[in-house]
Amino acid sequence: MRINFAEALARAIHESLAADSRVMLIGSGFMGLNMAARQMLDPALREFSDRISVTPVSELALAGAGIGAAMCGQRPIVDLSTGSFIFQAFAQVANEAANIHYMSGGQTSVPVTFYSLGGIRGAGAAQHSQRTQAMLGQVPGLQIFTPGGAEDAYGLMKWALLESQNPTVFISHSLLFAETAELVPGAPMLPVGKARIRREGRDVSIIASSITVPRAMAAAQTLEREHDVSVEVVDLRTIVPLDRETILQSVAKTGRAVIADECHRSFGVAAEIAAILAEEGLASLKAPVCRVTVPDVPIPYSPPLEAELTVTAEKIAAGVLRVLGR
Amino acid sequence: MAALNVAERVTAMLRIRRFEEQCIRLSKEGQFPGHYHVYIGQEATAVAACAALAPEDFIFSTWRNHGHLLARGAAPDRMMAEILGRSGGYAGGRSGTLHLSVRELGIPATSALVGGSLPLATGAALACKRRGSGVTVAFFGDAALEEGAFYEAMIIAAVWKVPILFVCENNSIPSEQRKRGQYTSSTLPAARLADVPQSLQIPTEVVDGADADALTDCFDRLVAEVRNSGGPRFVEVRCTRWPGNFPLWPELPGGEWQLAWAFGQQPDHADLAAWLQYSDPVLLYLCKLAAAGALDRAQMEAIDARVRSEMTAAARFALDSPFPAAAEAYRHVWAQAEGKR
Repeated sequence: MRINFAEALARAIHESLAADSRVMLIGSGFMGLNMAARQMLDPALREFSDRISVTPVSELALAGAGIGAAMCGQRPIVDLSTGSFIFQAFAQVANEAANIHYMSGGQTSVPVTFYSLGGIRGAGAAQHSQRTQAMLGQVPGLQIFTPGGAEDAYGLMKWALLESQNPTVFISHSLLFAETAELVPGAPMLPVGKARIRREGRDVSIIASSITVPRAMAAAQTLEREHDVSVEVVDLRTIVPLDRETILQSVAKTGRAVIADECHRSFGVAAEIAAILAEEGLASLKAPVCRVTVPDVPIPYSPPLEAELTVTAEKIAAGVLRVLGR
Repeated sequence: MAALNVAERVTAMLRIRRFEEQCIRLSKEGQFPGHYHVYIGQEATAVAACAALAPEDFIFSTWRNHGHLLARGAAPDRMMAEILGRSGGYAGGRSGTLHLSVRELGIPATSALVGGSLPLATGAALACKRRGSGVTVAFFGDAALEEGAFYEAMIIAAVWKVPILFVCENNSIPSEQRKRGQYTSSTLPAARLADVPQSLQIPTEVVDGADADALTDCFDRLVAEVRNSGGPRFVEVRCTRWPGNFPLWPELPGGEWQLAWAFGQQPDHADLAAWLQYSDPVLLYLCKLAAAGALDRAQMEAIDARVRSEMTAAARFALDSPFPAAAEAYRHVWAQAEGKR
């Protein structure tokens, strides 16, 4: 069956609530300002209203309560709403959830999921367009899921809610909600920590995650059609754990790497992958790597200013042509 | 949840005091690095609170956690080994004094950030509510009221009506100490700390932290209320800070605490003498028991001797426990599936 990203999230949350009575929702927005997407979640919210906690605007304590409940036998998901709001909860996410298993010497595990609807979404301006995955990637002990396709939104959400023993930050993106994928009910999911080769190719590897996945796919189609370039697209799915092996194998095959990432350029996800290629894959590279990222400036409100900074399919394609020397 | 008899209560309080004295001694000998905080002067609070709890209940503490853990039943030898960073500690040396926790005793994690444990404790109480049994007790100091986490935790505890008892151990120093420019404490512009949760419709109480019997009555009643009604309660325990906490690092003014001080002798330290007379929960309780004929000096001496030897043995265990191997630094980042990342 073909489903879109928003349906996939709603379905995963609904099925998880039904499958395990420990699953509970702290907050229930999930779909942001998208009314159609919100309606998809309504059946789950109606059926399991006794497992949904109403939420004052108290992100710090809501995140902490999710951690506390997770330590004491529940499997909560905390909706932290717009991605930037996770800053309000950072002390609990980064300094409590991530550390507890380690600080307790392995006594206590924290199977909580923080849901964060991040990214440059259009007219969000500086404070509602944050991408926090690279910042959170600096915190050992947090799993960071960045699905770029509907089947992975479904699979990773269900895995986080039903199977994970560690705290997870699930980075969603409202511009992905309409992306569709084929979902085979009951089929096993690609394991967590394994990247997905979205498209095989010979000349260049594009390494992408979250919103840059469909944009990399669009760039690959254009490049094949207009420039006869064969592009491989690696969808990371999760940046923690990061599938170094698949990245290195793909680049060993193609010899060229373009890394498309919506974080800021400096110290970002792309920077980490470029470092891995420099340390472990230099011999495979026929050209320097290329990062296609957001310049190091806050996100402005006005549409042409925002567009100037956004990672688009066109910018990714231009990066590919650059590493090919064209 | 079985009520303690007087000898058990004296034992529980003295165990905390003698443990902390060992801690101060080992620190002064250079046996462990880093800052630490002792619970001397607040023993009766942890003992009374934990005596009111059942095994299924949860407690949350702070960087000043030794007393709470001991009162809940943690092993002093493994605690001391952890404080010394040794492999025999509860976290194999990863937590030290700051994050001491014992999951099997309902102490799943200890945050050393001011106010940091309050949201966690509220979540534990939510878990109690969902499973339909158990309560959570959160211990914190008065400075927590200066953190946003305090307000957010109070708000959601009140909105969700979860079974939690917030225990604010107000150990602010007396005003004359502050005037002398010493170590500052709470700077909250509220005349009564309880006014703050009261304004959020959380019932509050104030109790004297130097009165062991009053604390027992208070905690027995409040824990039962939380258990029965499921709603949050807040209690401010007023403790006068022990003079050994006035310097930046804990010290033992007048040396180790003496049982003889409960029987007419005086320490050679004026501030300590005044504190003992008015504010030491252990000494005041012993005086009361002696006056009432509930426990005589010989019985108290026997208890103290047993406790001292237990804590000497705990220090010995810790010193004999080896340091962890370097490779241990990499363990326990992730639950399960280790080594695959």
